[in-house]
Amino acid sequence: MRAVITVIGKDMVGILAKVSTICAENGVNVVEVTQSVLQDLFAMIMMVDISKSTVPFNELSDKLTAIGSEMNLTVHVMHEDIFNSMHRI
Amino acid sequence: MNSRDILETINMIDNENLDVRTITMGISLLDCVDPDVDRACDKVYDKICRYAGNLVKTGEDISKEYGIPIIHKRISVTPIAMLAAACPDKNPVHFAKALDRAAKAVGVNFIGGYSALVHKGFAPGDYALITSIPEALSETELVCSSVNIGSTKAGINMDAVAKMGAIVRDTALATADRDCIGAAKLVVFCNAPEDNPFMAGAFHGAGEPDCVINVGVSGPGVVRAALAKAGDCDITGVADTVKKTAFKITRMGQLVAQEASRRLFVPFGIVDLSLAPTPAVGDSVAHILEEMGLECCGAHGTTAALALLNDAVKKGGVMASSHVGGLSGAFIPVTEDAGMIHAAQCGALSITKLEAMTAVCSVGLDMIVVPGDTPAEIISAVIADEAAIGMVNSKTTAVRLIPAIGKKAGDELNFGGLLGSGPVMDVNRYSPLKFISRGGRIPAPMQSLKN
Repeated sequence: MRAVITVIGKDMVGILAKVSTICAENGVNVVEVTQSVLQDLFAMIMMVDISKSTVPFNELSDKLTAIGSEMNLTVHVMHEDIFNSMHRI
Repeated sequence: MNSRDILETINMIDNENLDVRTITMGISLLDCVDPDVDRACDKVYDKICRYAGNLVKTGEDISKEYGIPIIHKRISVTPIAMLAAACPDKNPVHFAKALDRAAKAVGVNFIGGYSALVHKGFAPGDYALITSIPEALSETELVCSSVNIGSTKAGINMDAVAKMGAIVRDTALATADRDCIGAAKLVVFCNAPEDNPFMAGAFHGAGEPDCVINVGVSGPGVVRAALAKAGDCDITGVADTVKKTAFKITRMGQLVAQEASRRLFVPFGIVDLSLAPTPAVGDSVAHILEEMGLECCGAHGTTAALALLNDAVKKGGVMASSHVGGLSGAFIPVTEDAGMIHAAQCGALSITKLEAMTAVCSVGLDMIVVPGDTPAEIISAVIADEAAIGMVNSKTTAVRLIPAIGKKAGDELNFGGLLGSGPVMDVNRYSPLKFISRGGRIPAPMQSLKN
């Protein structure tokens, strides 16, 4: 099962490092990362494989959201199916 | 995967109030019929708790995993008049209390189905249930009630129309100390759908399976934002934009419905493609109409704009879901829509304009606050007019009027929360008393003779 982690907010040092550390600690494999910086606004999209995750989805989501709010960033962790169903026929 | 698509979805959720409005579990109570009212109520309570015990938790889990807010988890049941028929000497309010207890036990925020279908006449149980509605809605918190008084196939039961005018008034009176909230939980229908997931009119029809999951989507804010982005296109462009947006919204609803159905081991029924507003800023159907180019909702042109919106929502949604049902269209509840509230306050929107709008929207005169001294026969006449629009146009229409006891036109009634607030709107005071008192049935129209 794959999920999409998105991080949106003001760019700063160490965002990618912090998010991927949490992924690594919980057995979540990062499959793909894209990021863009538009003026000061940072948007990172990370496709991750959570089939070998050591924690339940809820917990992973809470951890990432918590680290996001520490850095004043909006973090979403969502099952990839939501994007597939909304944007592909 | 395209990162623009991902960010678009997240923007819809974070900034444009995209959500799944409700997951509603329909439960048949036909196997709970019992001549002993206490035993029947126990069976009702047990069955609801057994079937819906995991509904709220499952809804929350799906919401978390997919990152989509799911606002309500609700239950609809078999019209209680069918159960009350087996206990002719007992007060049907026993059933309302059992439903209320069950709803609280499983944690849903409304349970619908304190209902009777009387479009052609009263069967045993129907009259007693209708008579008990004021008491039932004042003594319970979460129970919603609906009565179907007409259909395209059967015509309009004018005895029931006359009765319902008084019942709406009595329900408001019985809850006068709580902002007449009882009347906000009572809907009078023509052509009521049997699989509607939206309250207050949800019930589980007799043709439905034992248990079913129906999902109601929402998203007026998303449609408005899409129209704002589309800029100065012509009306065809407006319709196309609405269609594309409705498609995306509905796909999300379909995904949630399938997932809920799979996790609860309950068949998937329908997705209701509705634009359901809330009083929150940016979640208004009226504001979509204004985005199309009207200065204020209620202006001339509103009916045309709403017709376009309602049709485009269906066209976009119908391909996105395998089963579409319920009410499916744009809702225009006055107190639940920030733009409608404003339009009513500034005088741009009147009940007569709303009546015209109901001919092309998905429901009817919804959440309209009228003066507390409005006589029962005027409420009945409003119901009759609305039912006639539904009957002739083969569509669902409904009336949910709230007589604001002790208030007059121009005052405000405030429910708080999703039910919102609104100004008291004046009604035409010329008397329809003789017409309403005649009783009998309006014969089914020519449109019914399709066989």
